[in-house]
Order: sequence, then structure tokens, then C-alpha cells
Amino acid sequence: MWDWNYAFSILPQILSALKITVAATFSGFLLALALGLILSVLSRINIRPVSLVVKGLVQFIRDTPLLVQLYFIFYVFPKFGLTLEPFTAGILGLGIHYATYLSEVFRSGIEAVHAGQWEAAKALNFSRIKTWTRIILPQAIPPVIPVIGNYLITMFKETPLLSAITLVEILQTAKIIGAGSFRYLEGFTIVGVIFFLLSYPSSLLINKLEIKMNNQN
Amino acid sequence: MSTFEIFIALVKGGIQVTIQVTFFSTILAVILGFISGLARMSRYKIIRFISGAYIEIFRGTSLLVQLFWIYFALPIIGIRFSPISTGILAIGLNYGAYCSEIVRSAIQSVPAGQTEACIALNMTKAQRMRRVILPQAFTMMLPNLGNQLIELLKSTSLVSMITLNDLTYQGNILNATTLETTKIYTMLLAIYFIIALPITQCTKFLERKFSEGRA
Repeated sequence: MWDWNYAFSILPQILSALKITVAATFSGFLLALALGLILSVLSRINIRPVSLVVKGLVQFIRDTPLLVQLYFIFYVFPKFGLTLEPFTAGILGLGIHYATYLSEVFRSGIEAVHAGQWEAAKALNFSRIKTWTRIILPQAIPPVIPVIGNYLITMFKETPLLSAITLVEILQTAKIIGAGSFRYLEGFTIVGVIFFLLSYPSSLLINKLEIKMNNQN
Repeated sequence: MSTFEIFIALVKGGIQVTIQVTFFSTILAVILGFISGLARMSRYKIIRFISGAYIEIFRGTSLLVQLFWIYFALPIIGIRFSPISTGILAIGLNYGAYCSEIVRSAIQSVPAGQTEACIALNMTKAQRMRRVILPQAFTMMLPNLGNQLIELLKSTSLVSMITLNDLTYQGNILNATTLETTKIYTMLLAIYFIIALPITQCTKFLERKFSEGRA
């Protein structure tokens, strides 16, 4: 049933596809961070139509499946003249989807900043932009870093969905190998083990960081 | 095809499987979540270890990998499930692991004084759990469980990748035959959103209700 020789023979091929998975994770994550921060600042702006539109958009993206959003980006965007490579479409989908989650995380960080900080910034005549970049965000972001780290791990585990839009990452590689030899057991097990070996230690690390940060306060 | 016809075709063809998978895997996830969440706090090391291993394995690997593993790899060992059972099993096992953390953290956040009072009143361990701890923990769990339910509903779209005829699968089929790509995928997103809407509203209501009058 389980063939070690076969497992070792396909391991290099799967590992080489890991580059794509990791690259998609980090590119998507950077995009999600940037968009998430923008969304959380936009939803705090005191112009009612803007904050309503942002809130509605965040809710819609959060409540619909990433898989369908990926199909939408990959198949519908070209109808409007924007044809994307699977990799680009994938990081765009991941980035936009998780931006809505990260915006909530940033929001909770921003709300936790003491109101006196805003008042002091105003009293000291800081400009709007400086208040955000020098006073509020430097205090809002560090406490939520562990939560952000957890979302990085979640995104890593979501990357197999990109195989649906024909990106050949590790799961798709294992599937192709399996389809060629009719042996799925080894390939899919290796992929599962790779995910576990990378995500479990990372989550332990984040737990440690969280405990350490709680102790400091 | 008009937008309305597409809507009808999608709902007619796919909503039954989506609802079925959502419903049964939710039940499985909640049961597994309670069992493994309670087992995680057991006195016996072996029980703690088993439930810990279950939780970490299913949280540490990707749902789609688990789905493919059960669907493609298990039959090689001689265990075969139908596509719908595979979908329910994989999603139930995966979300059960997430639920167990919600259950555990809610139980642990019931103040220690409650446990001490039960001991002082000479209640048995089962009575303490059933009559005092769980009812208080349960209200704390509800909003988080509601959020998980939305995640679970969204994840049912993955079953389309093991040829199960759900909303997403129906959308892909319809796309291949009619090429009305824009309408189909827009409508598909809208349908998922409409199904999720009552759950999110309910969760928000519960969140507000349980934080009322509390610091």
C-alpha cells in the first residue's frame, strides 16, 4: 500500500512546487496587509457614504467563498479586458479576501489606542497624516501582530485553492503525479505532512510571542 | 440567458447539495468540537494527547488537502466514501477542530469561583459541568460558533472540486455550456451572500446581546 521508494521518488518534484506555494502565500499576505490597512483607515473616515460602502464591501467579500472569488477574478476579469496569469489572479484573490479579515484586526488595534492619544495629537497640532503614521498606527499595530501572524498561517493553508484556477502549486503537483501513476496516497500524504510541518511550528511560535507580549503588559 | 434564468438554474441545480453539506457537517463539527474540546481538558494524559493530535492535525493541514486525501487516497487503503459523505466528513472533521478551541476557551473563561462554589455545594463533576459551567460557557461560545458557521458555509464550495454538484459546481457547468461568465459568477457570489446574511445578522445580534451591560 504505502511505497517508501515511490514516496521518495516523487518528493523532489513536490518540494520544487513548494516555491510557488510559499511565493503565493507571501505575495498575497503583503497585498492583504496593505489593502487591509487602507480599508480599516477608510472605514474610520467621518464621511458616511465612504464608511458605509467600505463596510458593505468588506461584509460581502468576507461572506462569499474565496474559491468563487478566484473564479470571478480569473474568468470574469478577462471579459473586461484584464487577463491575468493564474499566479497573479491567485494572489489578487487571496490578498483581497484576507484584506477584509485583516482590516477588522487593524480596526480592533486602532480602537484599542487610548482616546487621549488622538486628543494629544490634536493639541500638539499634528497633521492628520502625521497623527496616523507617527502616533496611532505605531501603537495600534504591535499588539495585533500575533493575530496577523495567525492569518499568515491561514492564508498559507488556503493556497491549495489556487489549483482551481490552474496554478500548479504543491497540491496540484501531487494530483498530476497521482493521475499519471494512479497512486494518490503517497503524494497527498506528503503534501499534508509538508503543510503540517510548516504551519504547526509557526503557530507554536506565534503562541509564544502572544504569551510574551501579554506578560509585558 | 437572462440573469433571472441563470439564478433559477443555479439554485435549482446546486442549492440542495450546498445546504445538505452545510447542515450535516455543522452537526458533525459541533459534536466533534464539544467532545474534543472537553477531552482536551481531561485528567488523563492519553485522552488529552489524542484530542490534541486530532485538533492540531486538522488545523495544521489544509481543508482541500484533507478533502482530496479522503476522496483519492483513502480508497487505496480500501476505505471508500461517496462524494457527499467525503464532503461532510472532511468539512466536519476540519471545523470540529476549530470548534473545539472555541468550546475549550469558553469553558476556561468561566470564572474559577463558579467551580469552587460547586465544590463547596458538593456537586458531582458531571453536575458541575452540566448545570453550572456549560450553560454559562455556551452563551459565550455562540457568537464565535456563528462566525465559524459562515466560514463552514463558504468552505462547502470546495466540494465542487470532488465533482459534487453544489452551487459552485453548477456555476462551472453552466459557464462551460452558456459562456455567460460575468452573470453566472456574479450571481453565484450573490447567492452565497444571501445565504450567509441571516447567519451574520444573527451573530451580530448575539454579540451585541451578550456584551450588553458588561465591561
